[in-house]
Amino acid sequence: MKAAVLVFPGINRERDMARTLRLVSGREPAMVWHTEPELPAGTDLVVIPGGFSYGDYLRCGAIAARSPVMDAVRTFADRGGLVLAVCNGFQIACEAGLLPGVLMRNQNLRFICRDVYLRVETSNSPFTRGYNAGQVIKVPVAHGEGNYIADSETIARLEGEGRVVFRYSSPDGMVDPNWNHNGAINAIAGIVNERGNVLGMMPHPENHVEAAIGSTDGYDLFAGLTDHLAKAA
Amino acid sequence: MDLPVIPNEPPITPELVAEHGLKPDEYQRILDLIGRAPTLTELGIFSAMWNEHCSYKSSKVHLRTLPTKAPWVIQGPGENAGVIDIGDGLACVFKMESHNHPSYIEPYQGAATGVGGILRDVFTMGARPVACLNALSFGAPAHPKTRHLVSGVVAGIGGYGNSFGVPTVGGQVRFHSRYDGNNLVNAMAVGIAEADKIFYAAASGVNMPIVYLGSKTGRDGIHGASMASAEFDEDSDAKRPTVQVGDPFSEKLLLEACLEIMARDCVIAIQDMGAAGLTCSAVEMGAKGDLGVTLELDKVPCREEGMSAYEMMLSESQERMLMVLKPEKENEAEAIFRKWGLDFAVVGHTTPSMRFIVKHGGDVMADLPIKELGDQAPEYKRPFVLGEKPKPVDATAVEPPVGTTDALKMLLATPDLCSRRWVWEQYDHIILGNTVQRPGGDAAVIRVADGPKGLALTTDVTPRYCEADPFEGGKQAVAECWRNLTAVGARPLAITDNLNFGNPERPEIMGQFVGCVRGIAEACKALDFPVVSGNVSLYNETNGRAILPTPSIGGVGVLADFRKSVSLAFKSEGEAIILIGETLGWLGQSLYLRDICGREEGAPPPVDLVEEKENGDFVRDLILSGAVSAAHDLSDGGLLVALAEMAMASGIGAALDAAPGDIPAHAYWFGEDQARYVVTASAAQANGLLAKAQEAGLLAMRIGVTGGTALAVTGEMPVPVADLRKLHEGWLPAFMSGEVAPTV
Repeated sequence: MKAAVLVFPGINRERDMARTLRLVSGREPAMVWHTEPELPAGTDLVVIPGGFSYGDYLRCGAIAARSPVMDAVRTFADRGGLVLAVCNGFQIACEAGLLPGVLMRNQNLRFICRDVYLRVETSNSPFTRGYNAGQVIKVPVAHGEGNYIADSETIARLEGEGRVVFRYSSPDGMVDPNWNHNGAINAIAGIVNERGNVLGMMPHPENHVEAAIGSTDGYDLFAGLTDHLAKAA
Repeated sequence: MDLPVIPNEPPITPELVAEHGLKPDEYQRILDLIGRAPTLTELGIFSAMWNEHCSYKSSKVHLRTLPTKAPWVIQGPGENAGVIDIGDGLACVFKMESHNHPSYIEPYQGAATGVGGILRDVFTMGARPVACLNALSFGAPAHPKTRHLVSGVVAGIGGYGNSFGVPTVGGQVRFHSRYDGNNLVNAMAVGIAEADKIFYAAASGVNMPIVYLGSKTGRDGIHGASMASAEFDEDSDAKRPTVQVGDPFSEKLLLEACLEIMARDCVIAIQDMGAAGLTCSAVEMGAKGDLGVTLELDKVPCREEGMSAYEMMLSESQERMLMVLKPEKENEAEAIFRKWGLDFAVVGHTTPSMRFIVKHGGDVMADLPIKELGDQAPEYKRPFVLGEKPKPVDATAVEPPVGTTDALKMLLATPDLCSRRWVWEQYDHIILGNTVQRPGGDAAVIRVADGPKGLALTTDVTPRYCEADPFEGGKQAVAECWRNLTAVGARPLAITDNLNFGNPERPEIMGQFVGCVRGIAEACKALDFPVVSGNVSLYNETNGRAILPTPSIGGVGVLADFRKSVSLAFKSEGEAIILIGETLGWLGQSLYLRDICGREEGAPPPVDLVEEKENGDFVRDLILSGAVSAAHDLSDGGLLVALAEMAMASGIGAALDAAPGDIPAHAYWFGEDQARYVVTASAAQANGLLAKAQEAGLLAMRIGVTGGTALAVTGEMPVPVADLRKLHEGWLPAFMSGEVAPTV
């Protein structure tokens, strides 16, 4: 794995992400400043981490989506490169046109930080090959704007093409409004693009990779990615 | 007397002096000091430096009595934050500070900038912030403003910390009618630095450039520190313009830029612009380094046009820093700041003259002796009266209005004992990936760097104890803090104190202050737990009604291996539940007496500091040796509330023996005797544990066994843990959504 973690002003989970990538893959990721026009040579995974890029002042992710480095990311994704976009990264990816839809304010209008349960909808993705379809994992969320929405046509396509990868659920895998903390349509927690090489998700798998810090349920996302890239190389 | 330095300024009238919060004798002191009438700018500077908030003029004489030294203390009070050695070349930098007055007037921004200010204090010293905590006091739930204030303050704390990117891992929330007109927002920040790379405020070297960094200066927050040094009345809402507006995005950039230039060894001295902004920071840098300072205000980056010298000197615009840079590194530092998109301007230089000179538009607007500005602030030995100590409540004379289980159910759903989940779920408490014990336990535990070292953090005080007996209350606040750190297995190292009181010009309020400080000092000495930083907030009163005395104590402890810490949750079925410490059934000032019997009275539980230390050291050894699976300190609500908390945290119930015959059952279950813990241990380890306690001459007894899904007290109806959880989790969300109309 040769990962590149993008750093925009106001991003704040880039260290968490870098530590997890190092822990799981054994390789130090490159930290790439937002003004860079190119990704480091040989990059095989781009990570857009969480945080509050540009303070979330205009619209979450809107300013970061227009950074020079995002042109390079678009080119990289067009060529089939893997892009993992988490939390603010998901918002940036939507604003940058890498993924459809938008993340609105949580239904209760408050920031929410807690562990949630995700049902893994497919294992047929480089991002989820470490899991079994239908498996329920516990990972934390920390966001004020995670309420995913898109027009009904887009939702129908996402569902029809099996591009909803993670869904908020109860601990036993039932989709239920009581377990959909932010009110996302169809309890959508994570989606991939048409080609399946860009994943956007609101929860933070990178914060659940060590037993001593709570849970290891996020580990297999990164382990699966590492494995996939090793085989591709 | 000389003419004022600047013509064209309004003459200084007694009204103008009064408007600046200076008393006639204080003004006379200024005249004596400078030998002429001050200019308006100078008057503003004096009011900024000599108000209660910045000068500690009422409290200083008492604060000097606090113990501040220990072999592990690197920096005690007097700098931006305290610094302690946590081993392996690392230091912990921390401080707690109040933002009470602004948070009442504008709760979101007031609380947000409180967090921003304390974070700046920590990273100014070269530390990367790793955790925030807070201590919040609100008025009665039934008061019409309370819900609005809770909502705004919590959102403000979250809004700043979440965006800045530091986990908010712990704190306190309480409700009492005495905070109706003055809520308290005490914010604590904790950072980690290399022990030999701490940065200080004292400038050194003559003719060194003084650099302004961060956000631009605007007209916000002018006289904020003066506001924080006065009482409220009906017109307090008119003070909204004195509240600053926070920008966590800029602060995050400032953090990264500051740490980057510190790592490149560019910095000689650094001071953040907090209360009284440019004035306070420039004077402190010069005075601490025995140097004069000349400021050229025309070079200050301003957000608004036409700002006067007076406005620039008193602005409390946020996210700004003042630094003395190594001249040869100036270009390198500037490039780093430009990269982060922050303002960078050389606004002055150090001088050998020991004068504080402010120039603007070609004129000298102020020319004052720099040492005296700081050191010669008035210092008062205000008269105080120590109140009479209330009599203990005789537990046998308290008729229990309801049965034990019903009382427990009621208590768990009271404003002061219900779950605070609604609050801490609005704070990102897991960012940085080091949170080992999350909010809701005795103390938060975070991993330091990649471990195995860990820090335990907590904030504590029981204001109703302080009100009834300031000395015992002050002792108890420190003891409970120490106990909470101990209950997760940490070695308590040091505290920061945030002393919130009413008007010190009233002898009974001053008496509360003096009593609490004496209690704090006594406990700190006995527990070897020095004060390394702090803050005093006085004049927390409205129309002559003061808050409960609230000396918030923020504590830091260290764990050599964070994996050895235990949480309060029951871990498995069939384990012995053991009570450590002496239970006499102290009902005075207990929540049972107040919330179940409707009596807020009596002496608070006394703290025996010797017993506190012995029991705590014993429990810590048990935890670190792996002899216990869970530990919890006993405090508000007493034994049964603590046991319910342990059950609710796990879902595992317990079978509990009936109260021993020599104490009334309600006093046994709900009394708030101090220096006590509950631990659980496997059946195999329990006997050894009890024998060890006996050997050490400590009181420990088996009081029940874990198991099942209900809390069952012998002779009472068992109550399902799920029902307890529902009660415990229900009140705060229902109150905040307006579903319940509170009666208190």
